[in-house]
Amino acid sequence: MTTKASFNQGRRQALKCLAYGGAGTLFTLSAGVLAPIDLALAAGNPRPGKDAGLPLFLQISDTHIGFNKEANPDVIGTLARTIALVNAMPQKPAMVIHTGDITHLSKAAEFDTAAQLLKQLNVTELHTTPGEHDVADASVTEYFSRYGKPSQDRGYYSFDHHGVHFISLINVLNFKPNGLGALGQEQLEWLEQDLRGRAASTPIVVFAHMPLWTIYEPWGWGTSDANQAMSYLTRFGSVTVLNGHIHQIVQKVEGNITFHTARSTAYPQPGPGEGPGPGPLKVSAAELPGRLGVSNLTLQSHPTSLSVTDTTLA
Amino acid sequence: MTNMKIAAILALPSLIIASFYALSVLPVSAAAEPAADATISIDKFMFEPTALTITVGTTVHWKNLDPEPHTVRGVDTNFRSDPLDQNDSFAHKFDKPGTYRYVCSIHPQMLGTIVVKAASTAN
Repeated sequence: MTTKASFNQGRRQALKCLAYGGAGTLFTLSAGVLAPIDLALAAGNPRPGKDAGLPLFLQISDTHIGFNKEANPDVIGTLARTIALVNAMPQKPAMVIHTGDITHLSKAAEFDTAAQLLKQLNVTELHTTPGEHDVADASVTEYFSRYGKPSQDRGYYSFDHHGVHFISLINVLNFKPNGLGALGQEQLEWLEQDLRGRAASTPIVVFAHMPLWTIYEPWGWGTSDANQAMSYLTRFGSVTVLNGHIHQIVQKVEGNITFHTARSTAYPQPGPGEGPGPGPLKVSAAELPGRLGVSNLTLQSHPTSLSVTDTTLA
Repeated sequence: MTNMKIAAILALPSLIIASFYALSVLPVSAAAEPAADATISIDKFMFEPTALTITVGTTVHWKNLDPEPHTVRGVDTNFRSDPLDQNDSFAHKFDKPGTYRYVCSIHPQMLGTIVVKAASTAN
């Protein structure tokens, strides 16, 4: 593994064109650039590209334990299937990041069920950030009593792993009426302080539940003060911003910042502005595994590039 | 004879209705206080009615008709529900006059307002 800031514009350009991800997305650190590797590929192909690098972490999102409507009456089953897929990988990362909506209704029993399932992941570290479904209880205590420790119940914290600086943000509290998600002044000040003095060559991973850029404002798919946070990150050579919330892959690259949203393990949602509003999208039982499925990302070494093939679990 | 029987049968329902009416109305009047309740339905990601004016002491009931969960969370004040799954309800009594804005914390684009007016001078 190297933390050398060696930026390959070709790869960055290639990333721009890709749609990738799946039930989980594996990120590797390769030549200082975080590259997502599709799970199905990682599981099914014991020989990824030569410079596939070190498996760094797995992103899982929107497990919605407790959801039982027709879009997926068996969210426990689809999460279990995802976990089995991860555990079958020949090269497993040591760390999993859950980008929120662990539960559907913030109920204690839902958190307990989710914890039982996530415990079956063969990893040593689990990091989380809450979704709005995790902090919907009137007292906002169920999530924090379980996962609040690293952030001292603030919801935001940072840590280092294999030379990469990870920042967990929370944008699902303190909504403004009719507004998007929000980080708030206190968290922004903390972020600025956290990044101060850090070498620009340090690869940065930022994760939060709601997208940290505006994908579709009428549906609240964005964070009102995310631009302020991004302004602190522009000087870094490699920044990867990860979110869940919208249950589909949307990606963009802006300078050195790559934004990426993850699929859900529970149910799909409509594309931005497609139909009357966001929410569980009912697809046929035959189609569902495909919507929760993965996309194959192939890493090629010479020249360094990434190519993607959409595949399903069906 | 036959005609009298028919007349009695016809009269009976009216008597029953009259007595029910008396039973249901009288205790309320006797209390000298409006047993005020108002209902807001949550339907298709909207609070309906979106704006509601009530008098002090009114209990507002929210009922979620959507298959998606919603919450009721005061913006500047501290009334808040747990998540309401489909057909779940939440009630809150408003004891002070004022304007109360609230959102669904899961879908914060959903906004509602309750205006609480002081009780009438007759009280």
